[in-house]
Amino acid sequence: MADAGSLINWSLLALDPPGWGGVLLTGFANSIKIAIGGYALGLTLGTGGALGKLYGGPVLKDLLEVYTTVVRAVPELVLILILYYAGTDLLNRLSLALGYGSVDISGLAAGIFVIGVVQGAYSTEVLRGAIRAVPTGQIEAARAYGMSPGQILRRVTLPAMLPHAIPGLSNLWLIATKDTALLAVVGFSELTLVTRQAAGATKSYLLFFCAAGVLYLLLTLFSNMVIGVIERRYRRGLAGHAS
Amino acid sequence: MTERAEAIAVRGLRKRFGPLEVLKGVSLTAREGDVIAIIGGSGSGKSTFLRCINMLELPSAGSVAIHGETISMKPDGHGGQTPADRRQVQRIRSRLGMVFQSFNLWQHMTILQNVIEAPVHVLGLSKGEAVERAEGLLRRVGLFEKRDAYPAFLSGGQQQRAAIARALAIQPHVMLFDEPTSALDPELVGEVLGVIGDLAQEKRTMILVTHEMKFARNVASHVVFLADGMVEEEGPPDAIFDAPRSERLRKFISSIH
Repeated sequence: MADAGSLINWSLLALDPPGWGGVLLTGFANSIKIAIGGYALGLTLGTGGALGKLYGGPVLKDLLEVYTTVVRAVPELVLILILYYAGTDLLNRLSLALGYGSVDISGLAAGIFVIGVVQGAYSTEVLRGAIRAVPTGQIEAARAYGMSPGQILRRVTLPAMLPHAIPGLSNLWLIATKDTALLAVVGFSELTLVTRQAAGATKSYLLFFCAAGVLYLLLTLFSNMVIGVIERRYRRGLAGHAS
Repeated sequence: MTERAEAIAVRGLRKRFGPLEVLKGVSLTAREGDVIAIIGGSGSGKSTFLRCINMLELPSAGSVAIHGETISMKPDGHGGQTPADRRQVQRIRSRLGMVFQSFNLWQHMTILQNVIEAPVHVLGLSKGEAVERAEGLLRRVGLFEKRDAYPAFLSGGQQQRAAIARALAIQPHVMLFDEPTSALDPELVGEVLGVIGDLAQEKRTMILVTHEMKFARNVASHVVFLADGMVEEEGPPDAIFDAPRSERLRKFISSIH
């Protein structure tokens, strides 16, 4: 194994077997896919949720309140177990009842769904707050110039609320990248699970968990750079934040 | 001489906020080329009245007609009324140039983008045409150099002049001014009044809610004094300011001098 005098056997990180580097990177790619997919789904649910909470009827508002409260109250790990096992079970029963036979749900789709539902509850609240932070005069001017409700939303409300939403949404993205690790408990081969496999197989726990940590860190650093660019772009119109 | 066409005809307008009746049956006719100043103390309902013309506030009763076209209303089920046809309201609004007390420029757009927004996205003008028109208007209000700046980086007076350019860009049938200088520092009031005064000289149809009595007197062709939700007195500016008939108007005029 390791050379005498060297604590760490770096060759274990080689991309090709017997190194585990390739496996780790594949797991990392899976994590990123789930994070992006879940985040996008969460944003979609969150936008709909925020608009529903602000402008919807009483029944819709109550339903959304139940959604955001339940999802934010239950630990994410528990939610993931519920949605993953109970969700796939339910789907299977449903498709059996409809005569389609059992369906095989891919881990990726299930992971995206689970992360998306969790993210949706939080982004509903972030976006609702951001939309409410848009001065009413902005929307009133849009109405006064004859814009339709859809146009007001697309042309004024959503772009005007973005500067207020970006800090909260950035947080949610970083949380999404790390929530993917929770999917290890349901056996999805994302970064944390493959790291545990690599570490268990080689007994090099320190090396592999540190390597995984570095990958998560790199993702965060890269995300921060992108978020910085986006934030500067959308804060252009706000005084006191000129670059 | 033929009668000029009616640009705006408001009949028996009432507005109720809960138990409070802010407007108690106000009628007003603006013919083309009229500059109508609406004056009155705070709480007299003058801003609410203006905002009812383009349905930013929904009148509880009464009718509004723009260029002879009455905005059709239906009961809202709570004793008030609501527009029967949203599209009709949008179409009518798209030809009423509203200027707000607090400017209400869209903060996420540059000045030029603010001015071309409604022409392009509501009236369907091509972008090139809208930009050309907008640049002409910005030059006219003295803001051509600021066309790529964001509103938050402009002074209040500049923002209000940009807002006037935005209103002119839709080639409005009528301009509606809602206390356009009330939110401005005193030294910035003049530049905005200058622009509005020029528009009045061009015989643009305008309805102007204002606290600037001297200005109202100089530019208005007709002055309406609102008190307690009703038209207390109206007439040509000289009559209103020099020979007020009602006690309330007399008091109001002496209180501001």
